[in-house]
Amino acid sequence: MLFQAVFRRVLIGIVTLLVVSIIIFIGTSLLPGDVAEIILGQMATPESLAALRIKLGMDHPPHIRYLMWLGDLLTGDLGMSKAGSGAGTIGTEISVMIAPRLMNTLRLSGMVAIISIPMAMMLGLLASMYPGSRIDRIITFSTLSIISVPDFLVAMILVMIFAVQLGWLPSIAYMSGNETGWQLIRALLMPTLTLVTIVSAQIIRMTRATILNIMSSPYIEMAILKGVPRKRIILRHSLLNTIGPIVNVIALNMAWLIGGVVIVETVFAYPGLAKLMIDGVQTRDLPLVQACAMIFCATYVVLILIADMASIISNPRLRHPK
Amino acid sequence: MAALLEVDQLKIDARKDDGSLSPIVKGVSFNVDRGEVVALIGESGSGKTTIALSALGYTKPGLEFTSGEVRLHGQDVISMPSEEKRLMRGQKVAYLAQSAAATFNPSLTIGEQVTESPVLHGQLNQEEANQRAIELYRALELPDPEKLGKRYPHQVSGGQLQRLMAAMALCGNPDLLVLDEPTTALDVTTQIEVLKAFKSVIKQEGSAAIYVTHDLSVVAQIADDIVVLYAGEIQEHGRAEQVVYQPGHDYTRRLMNAVRPPPAAGQGDEMTGDHEREAPALEVRELSAGYGKKNNGNPSIRVLRDVNISIERGHTVGVIGESGCGKSTLARVMSGLLPASQGDVLLDGEPLQPDLKNRSRSELQKVQFVFQMADTALNPRQRIDQILGRPLEFYLGLKGGEKRKRIAELLEMVELPQDFAGRYPDELSGGQKQRINLARALAASPEILLCDEVISALDSIVGANVIELLKRLRKLTGVSYVFISHDLSTVASFADEIVVLYAGRVVEQGHVDQVLSPPYHPYTRLLIASVPELRVGWLEATMETQEAKAGIDRVVRITETGCPFFDRCPIKIEGTCDKEIPPIRNFGDHHQIECHRSEADFLN
Repeated sequence: MLFQAVFRRVLIGIVTLLVVSIIIFIGTSLLPGDVAEIILGQMATPESLAALRIKLGMDHPPHIRYLMWLGDLLTGDLGMSKAGSGAGTIGTEISVMIAPRLMNTLRLSGMVAIISIPMAMMLGLLASMYPGSRIDRIITFSTLSIISVPDFLVAMILVMIFAVQLGWLPSIAYMSGNETGWQLIRALLMPTLTLVTIVSAQIIRMTRATILNIMSSPYIEMAILKGVPRKRIILRHSLLNTIGPIVNVIALNMAWLIGGVVIVETVFAYPGLAKLMIDGVQTRDLPLVQACAMIFCATYVVLILIADMASIISNPRLRHPK
Repeated sequence: MAALLEVDQLKIDARKDDGSLSPIVKGVSFNVDRGEVVALIGESGSGKTTIALSALGYTKPGLEFTSGEVRLHGQDVISMPSEEKRLMRGQKVAYLAQSAAATFNPSLTIGEQVTESPVLHGQLNQEEANQRAIELYRALELPDPEKLGKRYPHQVSGGQLQRLMAAMALCGNPDLLVLDEPTTALDVTTQIEVLKAFKSVIKQEGSAAIYVTHDLSVVAQIADDIVVLYAGEIQEHGRAEQVVYQPGHDYTRRLMNAVRPPPAAGQGDEMTGDHEREAPALEVRELSAGYGKKNNGNPSIRVLRDVNISIERGHTVGVIGESGCGKSTLARVMSGLLPASQGDVLLDGEPLQPDLKNRSRSELQKVQFVFQMADTALNPRQRIDQILGRPLEFYLGLKGGEKRKRIAELLEMVELPQDFAGRYPDELSGGQKQRINLARALAASPEILLCDEVISALDSIVGANVIELLKRLRKLTGVSYVFISHDLSTVASFADEIVVLYAGRVVEQGHVDQVLSPPYHPYTRLLIASVPELRVGWLEATMETQEAKAGIDRVVRITETGCPFFDRCPIKIEGTCDKEIPPIRNFGDHHQIECHRSEADFLN
């Protein structure tokens, strides 16, 4: 039963990804102009356009082109970008362009995850242990305030405090790629701080709500009436039942992190994947946009898949069938 | 010698949202002696659970101890420091809740939860606690005691879980048990098994107990002393025999009157033939239904099989059976909420579309559903006049003044004041909500009312009033009822005909007097025998009968071959009953029993 449920969920994940790829493909096809026109730019003549279209396989009907694109994608070939190319030539390989940017984004999100998950869970737990207390009210108030403020404003406020007023940190996070140690950390600090603030607020609130909900259930009352110490009630009786929902919240936030870094990367001019995608949109570099969108969507789907797996596996009915 | 537990002038208040206090328990005093069972009896809101929990020095969130003492071994548990309270709980006083299904943590093994308290309190080490648990499983007649501890709560049945909760409470060898309606949610056959187990274990262990319930018949079986409560005050307190046989207080007598006599022939209403016509109002023929994916036209989980029932105009057909027998599914199929997989539903002799979506408006109007939980059936954001007005507009096209007039009539029919039209459901009590729920169904002017456990969630006095209302409404409107209930006594007092369902099959049906007098299907006999009677010593007598020995608390199995009741039947024929589907035996005048035993066998 457990295997079946997991298998079915993975299958749904794969189907979702396929649907997403179709939407991305159609979406980018709807944009005016095609790759050949973009590559050739002003140099385009009808003959050269036709020649390049054949070279790029664009003379095939859309569904064939979709399958070709999907096939390339699955074998790791993300296609060619027009960026960095002279007029009339086909540009750089997208995978080469993306690799360092993806590393940067992963580095940033990794830092955020490492800091925010344990911190947010601790704070959520703390708030739920003493509901209505001063510490709970402070935590609830500040998380609610942060959630209500748009992401970029949080970034701006932090810049105002740490870069403008105190002058401790640089207001942009430009990296040349040669940074080491302290320089790297300094560059990452502002965007990380911004994202940690936003992500933690969400996780804290959901952790608190989940635990409070479980703490008011009859089996917790029973544990109290059995004389179980408070610490054990939280760690043994409630935590096991909160894992599913909390992992869900964390995975959702991490998924948001991968996609939602767009604004933060833009504000801080951080050379990550999201910024690359924005640049791609501005220069109408369609293959690049497609590739970036696919990476974001795939990450999202995989993280949600992990969240669902966690709740399937933490469900005792599925783990121990009758 | 002082009593084990002394409750002395106990007062408990509830703190409202605006900070003011309102009294819940108003100065209650009583004692519990060693080896004695004291029952707290009363309706919801009487404060019985609140008083019982005070024996553990505990109140539900939002309640506060105001004054008085609860002394255990002479020491006040209310003013005890919290660490001492913790050590006392589970070790000296243990608690059994109403719903074991909600009380067991779904993620931990049964064994861990049963042995947790004594191990944490340092009374036993894990090994000894496991041994003790296994002994208790044996004493409570639970299956496979050696391996039971490794299982999870969802892997055992409801009745077993209820007994496991007793094991959990007893594992730490407490001096006092607090039992909070531990059998209320159970079927009658399961209830008497659990009662018997509780009673013998309490006797064996020599512990004292506080037993909270609203059911006088249950109390009569288990209590030495009875405390009758109303609105946080003691109305009457005395020995069990005295309170049961010579109640001194008016309120106790009212409670007694609400207890229905054990089901027997001759209690049903005399029906006049006023409304009768040739075709039955509603009929189901060769009906099968179930849930899950369809396979060759049959659902993967078949709940109902080959059901034949007809409901005469103006009659009440009671459908009874244990949980899981398919009662609610039958109502859902009749209403079209669940399309049948085979067979027909006929309204006035005309076949109805199986699916609700394909039925015409007038067909929908004629069959109305009254759900069990008025709380969830009524939209909390709509006023009563909106709730009642909707069917009036939809089915009858009433508007404006006409609609208001009809709403007023409906409120009068269900005996509620006119100003209720402007209220919201949350402002009403449970019984009042159920009346609105009924009025909503009646607004459509139906011919058939499907009532699914409509009084199960109500207190006995309130429930009895709703039954009286149903009787009057039938006389007034000529409506027919399909009255689904697991409570045989209620059905016996109210229905014209009874249909007994077992594992999705009709095992017996006929006029009330026929079903409730011999010849019986063995399952009907078991059900009748299991209804607790308001007399001391009933439990012991019943457990000696052959029906009880053979059939009580066995799991219902839905079989593809043979008679589903085979496992529990005291008169089964090996080799026949387990192989072939039983034939229908006719005893005249529509009285039918599905059994391999012949008519002659039954009449001897």
